Amino acid sequence: MKLFLSFCLFLSAYITPALAASAETDALLQQLTQTKLSKMPAMVHQLEATGDESLLPVFRAWLAGDLHYTRDDNILVVEVDVNGVDTYQDPYTQATVAGLTSKQVRKIKVNNKLRGLLRGVIARIQLTSSDADVRESAVRALLADIDDETFATLERIYPTEPNKDVREMMHTALSIYTAQDQNSSQTVRLAAIDVLGDSLENDVRNVLFSLERSDNEVISNAATQALVSINRQVERYALVDQLFFGLSLGSVLLLASIGLAITFGVMGVINMAHGEMIMLGAYTTYVVQLLMPNYIDYSIWVAIPAAFLVSGLMGVVIERLVICRLHGRPLETLLATFGISLILQQLVRTIFSPLNRQVSTPSWMSGSWEINPVLSLTLNRLYILAFALLVFFALVMILKKSSLGLNVRAVSQNRNMAKAMGVRTEWVDAMTFGLGSGIAGIAGVALSQLTNVGPNLGQAYIIDSFMVVVFGGVGNLLGTLVAAFTLGIANKFLEPTTGAVLAAILVLVFIILFIQKRPKGLFPQKGRAAE
Amino acid sequence: MSKLINWFTEGRSSGKYTLPFVVLLLAVTVLASAANLLLPQDSALYVSTYSITLLGKYLCYAMLALAVDIIWGYCGILSLGHGAFFALGGYAMGMYLMRQIGDRGVYGHPELPDFMVFLDWKELPWFWLGMDQFWFAMIMAVVVPGLLAFVFGWLAFRSRVTGVYLSIMTQALTYALLLAFFRNEMGFGGNNGLTDFKEILGFDLQSDSTRVSLFIITALILALVLLASQRILSSRLGKVTLAVRDAEPRTRFIGYRTERYKVWLFVYSAVIAGVAGALYVPQVGIINPGEFSPINSIEIVIWVAVGGRGTLIGAIIGALLVNYAKTRFTAIMPDGWLFALGALFVLVTLFLPKGLMGLYGQLQSKRRQNAEQEVQS
Repeated sequence: MKLFLSFCLFLSAYITPALAASAETDALLQQLTQTKLSKMPAMVHQLEATGDESLLPVFRAWLAGDLHYTRDDNILVVEVDVNGVDTYQDPYTQATVAGLTSKQVRKIKVNNKLRGLLRGVIARIQLTSSDADVRESAVRALLADIDDETFATLERIYPTEPNKDVREMMHTALSIYTAQDQNSSQTVRLAAIDVLGDSLENDVRNVLFSLERSDNEVISNAATQALVSINRQVERYALVDQLFFGLSLGSVLLLASIGLAITFGVMGVINMAHGEMIMLGAYTTYVVQLLMPNYIDYSIWVAIPAAFLVSGLMGVVIERLVICRLHGRPLETLLATFGISLILQQLVRTIFSPLNRQVSTPSWMSGSWEINPVLSLTLNRLYILAFALLVFFALVMILKKSSLGLNVRAVSQNRNMAKAMGVRTEWVDAMTFGLGSGIAGIAGVALSQLTNVGPNLGQAYIIDSFMVVVFGGVGNLLGTLVAAFTLGIANKFLEPTTGAVLAAILVLVFIILFIQKRPKGLFPQKGRAAE
Repeated sequence: MSKLINWFTEGRSSGKYTLPFVVLLLAVTVLASAANLLLPQDSALYVSTYSITLLGKYLCYAMLALAVDIIWGYCGILSLGHGAFFALGGYAMGMYLMRQIGDRGVYGHPELPDFMVFLDWKELPWFWLGMDQFWFAMIMAVVVPGLLAFVFGWLAFRSRVTGVYLSIMTQALTYALLLAFFRNEMGFGGNNGLTDFKEILGFDLQSDSTRVSLFIITALILALVLLASQRILSSRLGKVTLAVRDAEPRTRFIGYRTERYKVWLFVYSAVIAGVAGALYVPQVGIINPGEFSPINSIEIVIWVAVGGRGTLIGAIIGALLVNYAKTRFTAIMPDGWLFALGALFVLVTLFLPKGLMGLYGQLQSKRRQNAEQEVQS
């Protein structure tokens, strides 16, 4: 966090190269303090004409209504709220001017007309910024209201713009102006409207809507067509968005069920306390964040192994104390583990209170990746999707390549034979159960980033996880992967038409029917391992 | 020694105790009712109406446990969704009681229940029609759970879904119903369910005599169901059922259509659960989607496990004991109950595989073993 802040400071210092304004602008600013509100627009234009980039913070403060000047010597200061106390800073250096109170300063007025003007000026100044992102957002800010002056500026700098995205945005801005320009020839305007048909910006759509209502029939038709093409694109991106949410739900299901796929699939043990292993992982994240409140950004790297250990150890304890005594009695195992899940839930309720706990998201995981104006993917879901796949492949690797994996597979295929070959089946059982539970703990870390952490967290996922495992085919990790994503996507695609609850019901009913047709799931085990 | 264990595990053998148990049950019922109605309130032997209602509730649970024991104990089908059949029966009764409110609801609509007026519905949905007739509602309380069990069982058993898979499927079934009944659009009162009942067959639900009557009726039906189940399970059908439980493939190879036996037993069990639900609702005064929650269904299983599976009386005793403990526990230390229940699950499965009914046998065989060892040494 500190690192990030200092980086920001560094950046802002870099963008404002000159710390003090030139003599000419100084004089103008001095004048500003004496000007009437009605004369101010002219002043703004004069100030812009100086071409002084260092004025940017002054304009910003003015726009926000924070720009003040001292009564005694007309020095410009910016009002900043520091812990509820108004303090005043130099607009260029951000150094606090000591000893100033609100009684000693007067505000430089601002009204709606000025605000519009200032916005334009700020955007135009930013157009020459060295950062392409700043330039792009500056052009985007201009889209809503392009006057002749802006058009002229854009036209001037458009050919020299090096960045492709910024050029495109500028092209859109220019087209908006041309399309609305009554003086241009019809062919030019039609070409401009055609260009607008490729843009997804909201402002473009507004312009097209107003053009659609224009008297000129040719223009109106062209605008309608452009809108149709935009809508088609918006729909396509909406589909992508839905797909993403489906994948996101799928990744959550995968994380929640993959541990179950091991304990249920490989050991044949129904662990009803699996959901509580997820819950323990989520609470571990919460506790880790409590322990290191100043390092939330890094806490997750501590939380992942910690959650794995906590849930994994709990899994081993449960296996040793209860499950190993109920070997070969699956229904009794189910009941006993259900009892354990009740105990664990109540334990958490007693220790942490029954209320939900908020786990904060690290700053690098919050926010979203904006691909275009209609499609933005939230980063935490994106990370969790990647994380789920990572965990999945790590697990596949463990089962395929490590000696533990070899033992696990041997025991799952033929317990007696493995025992005869010298595999310590009891140890393998405990380790398998610990591994499955540990992965559930990791799933809890991921879930804590998406939902509130509460004692019932695991319960919400246990039935869905069982469905995933059963649907995919017991004892088949690939089946679990396919099933998780299929169910996730199916759920999210059903949701808009049926509503969330009915979608969940339909998926459940579908699985119940599916199991009738293929009792062994999508990818049934073949050969001797099947029995 | 093996003779002794067989004696306890075989379903038929406990039939010896059935008749005395029924007599005991009815005697307690009559005594409690008489103590409520005839004795003055300040008498030491007076049984409060609250206790009568509580007892009635326990008996409904006992009937539910009996239903689970029939298929789990005698057929090896662990259903984690019997709460669904119970709730469906309850909803049928609830719908009847709802229609009996008439225009005495908060909104005073002559036809529509309050929640429908609230949702701005104009007329009764089709599935509410006829529910103002007691006989029709009672048929529904039996038919709807039975039909659901038939469809589900026919699909599941025909494609040979067994064991843990089946348990999870039944759990998914009740979970799906839970989600469905939470929806307002379903027309069953959504989250709040059905409540505020006034009278049943013209009798005020709040009055002592109605409550006692409901209690007595519950006890009578429980006794009837117990006797009937005992009879069915000791018939030829019952023997085939046991064979299915112990070795299904072998039974199939001998030539029995095992899935048919399973389906019919499943339907029979669901119907009993539905009847229990229908008796439960007027005594408790509310039915809401919470009854569908998977935890409720799984709790039933532990009642049976505590009492001893495969012994019909054991299921009843287990349900009564666990629920009595629950009432006491939640009154003394509410937080402790889930710990106790969880521990009960673990301990019973680990140390009491045959439940309380098997405890005597376990102790007997241990004593016998000790005695034998002493003789040998």
